[in-house]
Amino acid sequence: MKSLEGKSAIVTGASRGIGRSIALALAEAGANVVVNYAGNESAANGVVSEIEAMGVKSFAVQGHVGDSKQFEELVSRTLEAFGSIDILVNNAGITRDNLIMRMKEEDFDSVIETNLKGVFNGIKAVTRQMMKQRSGRIINISSVVGVTGNPGQANYVAAKAGVIGLTKTAAQELATRGITVNCVAPGFIGTDMTGELPEDIRAKILGQIPLARLGKPEEVAKAVVFLASDDASYMTGQTLHIDGGMYM
Amino acid sequence: MSDVFERVKRIVVDRLGADEAEVTLEASFKDDLGADSLDVVELVMELEDEFDLEISDEDAEKITTVGEVVNYIQSHT
Repeated sequence: MKSLEGKSAIVTGASRGIGRSIALALAEAGANVVVNYAGNESAANGVVSEIEAMGVKSFAVQGHVGDSKQFEELVSRTLEAFGSIDILVNNAGITRDNLIMRMKEEDFDSVIETNLKGVFNGIKAVTRQMMKQRSGRIINISSVVGVTGNPGQANYVAAKAGVIGLTKTAAQELATRGITVNCVAPGFIGTDMTGELPEDIRAKILGQIPLARLGKPEEVAKAVVFLASDDASYMTGQTLHIDGGMYM
Repeated sequence: MSDVFERVKRIVVDRLGADEAEVTLEASFKDDLGADSLDVVELVMELEDEFDLEISDEDAEKITTVGEVVNYIQSHT
């Protein structure tokens, strides 16, 4: 029997990048997966088809995680279709990079809204159901830069550091109800997001990675599957660093 | 009245593991029945389902005793 057989999962921002790999890996482990996406419908439908080909159920739901009403809608549609919510992966994230001196207030706000408030909205939206079930796994995607800082990413770093604090608090509030809340902090992973980096920055980053290469989205997804499985039953409030050794 | 009280009592006993005799109209969830904040939130959720009503967060925060819950339900159903 697969480790997540019969479980139902929501992955936000799952049409591409790390979210896509997480959705596929959860499906591979036997879970039914709801693919949330913000804008790229055809990519999301592509992920759904790949998941269905593995013999589990899936569908796509458009919605902005920073909007609590839209997150509640995502949760109620999941419940209607699958009858439970066992796993929530808060992955959706955006970047609006600039030096603090040049960063617009709206760029700060929009990154906080999606990357931090989106995680809060997600935790709040699934808690009622998970408390009733007396079980649940919430996995939040932070980032190595949330721990180390990174010039040009004040908004993103603030949000990702916030996610770690939010994770610890949610873990403490929900532990007695059988719900665990953990973080995965990826380093530099080869995705569209890091593909936008200029060549000189890329070379500089590679120099900071002990394992001397970018990570693969699948390598992050494996950690998420672990945290979602029974193997991680005694872990909560933790952050797993999947970053080639960047942060130790 | 008695019907609502009995239904509330059953949920409180079930949820908080309280002794049936302790669940009086005057009993305070936190002081007499050993509920913590999360227990109260959960209790409110369950009462909402049982009586098919929505208790706003503002109202929920004001509820401290079994009698207040019974009154609230009677005036909102």
